[in-house]
Amino acid sequence: MTSKGVEIGVGLFVALGLAALLMLAMKVSNLSESSVNDGYELTARFDNIGGLKVRSPVTMAGVRIGRVSEIGFDSQTYEAVVNLTIDSKYDQLPDDTSASIFTAGLLGEQYVGLEAGGSLQFLGDKDEIKLTQSAVVLEQIIGQFLYNRAAQGGGS
Amino acid sequence: MIELLRYLGRWGLGVFQRLGRGHIFVLYVLAGIPGLLFRFRLVVAQMWAVGVLSLLIIVVSGVFVGMVLGLQGYNTLVDFGAEESLGVAVAKALTRELGPVISALLFAGRAGSALTAEIGLMKATEQLDGMEMMAVDPLRRVVAPRFLAGVLSMPLLATMFTAIGVVGGYFVGVGLLGVDDGAFWSQMQSKVELRDDIINGVLVKSFVFGIVVTWIAVFEGYDAVPTSEGVSAATTRTVVNSSLAVLGLDFVLTALMFNQ
Repeated sequence: MTSKGVEIGVGLFVALGLAALLMLAMKVSNLSESSVNDGYELTARFDNIGGLKVRSPVTMAGVRIGRVSEIGFDSQTYEAVVNLTIDSKYDQLPDDTSASIFTAGLLGEQYVGLEAGGSLQFLGDKDEIKLTQSAVVLEQIIGQFLYNRAAQGGGS
Repeated sequence: MIELLRYLGRWGLGVFQRLGRGHIFVLYVLAGIPGLLFRFRLVVAQMWAVGVLSLLIIVVSGVFVGMVLGLQGYNTLVDFGAEESLGVAVAKALTRELGPVISALLFAGRAGSALTAEIGLMKATEQLDGMEMMAVDPLRRVVAPRFLAGVLSMPLLATMFTAIGVVGGYFVGVGLLGVDDGAFWSQMQSKVELRDDIINGVLVKSFVFGIVVTWIAVFEGYDAVPTSEGVSAATTRTVVNSSLAVLGLDFVLTALMFNQ
């Protein structure tokens, strides 16, 4: 193999490697989405966040508009404080928007679902979402269901 | 009994001596790398031998590993009605573990053994001594370019292996088994993290593996007993030791990186 051929071959090799890296970054991972870091922050307080994690999606009408950026605990009120980063494209959320924690599917991951209210005032950076609904904990529901069944069975 | 103890002691001392020689050796090789930047042609020629010629086996294995993952993952996931997650399963398995590890094992077998045999044979035929007589440092002229070429090639090969593997999983999952095209990619994109899976998983791991495998390969060659048996034993040791090192280090790296 001539020296020129070797150099061309190695050049191709490196180019292929970089192309593979680009494909992994753009097509396989979430680089194309996660570039929206220039969002604004909202906070919401929940009694129970269930299995919510940092980077869980925040959706509105089923469309992902942001991510959970931080989860903290308020030791005064014993509530979970969840910071949401919303894409700056969506800066017209009414200030009576409510936030709930849902589960995608029966066993899927948990996410924050926002529902718009009717107010004409919009939420800005660092504002708090006042209306929240906690995660549904499956064990509690099953427990309640069994309890009800037992109560019904005793009554009849 | 005393003989046995003595044998054990000699063996232990030998291991530590080799370990020490290996570390001093790699320091000399690293010292030779800055000088290579002015003679990058040497590295390019070695990247041809180490990287480009390993491409075929890497690509073919990548396709088949990805296809097998797709097939097995589908069979398991379809029981739970979660075959849409096939993309995530294939991509996570490939980026975090299989991509860097299998390509490092193949690299040790394909390129590492060739490096050891080449340098060992150079030593056996006294080419290295000849260079020294001509005031050419064989560590800088022969070993350092090969070392650098191996370290540079390994991440590129592992990246290609992973990318090809994902495509192979796509062919089987979407093409043959009928998983939804959009769900395959979108679930993958929402779960695979650039920093955790691609950079830490593929690039950092394969970079570390590249250093270890190439280091073992060039050291075994340089340290080989200069006879035909010595070179053959050194080649065997390269493949065995670097495979074990890759698998052991993989556990350590996984524990460090993905231990949340």
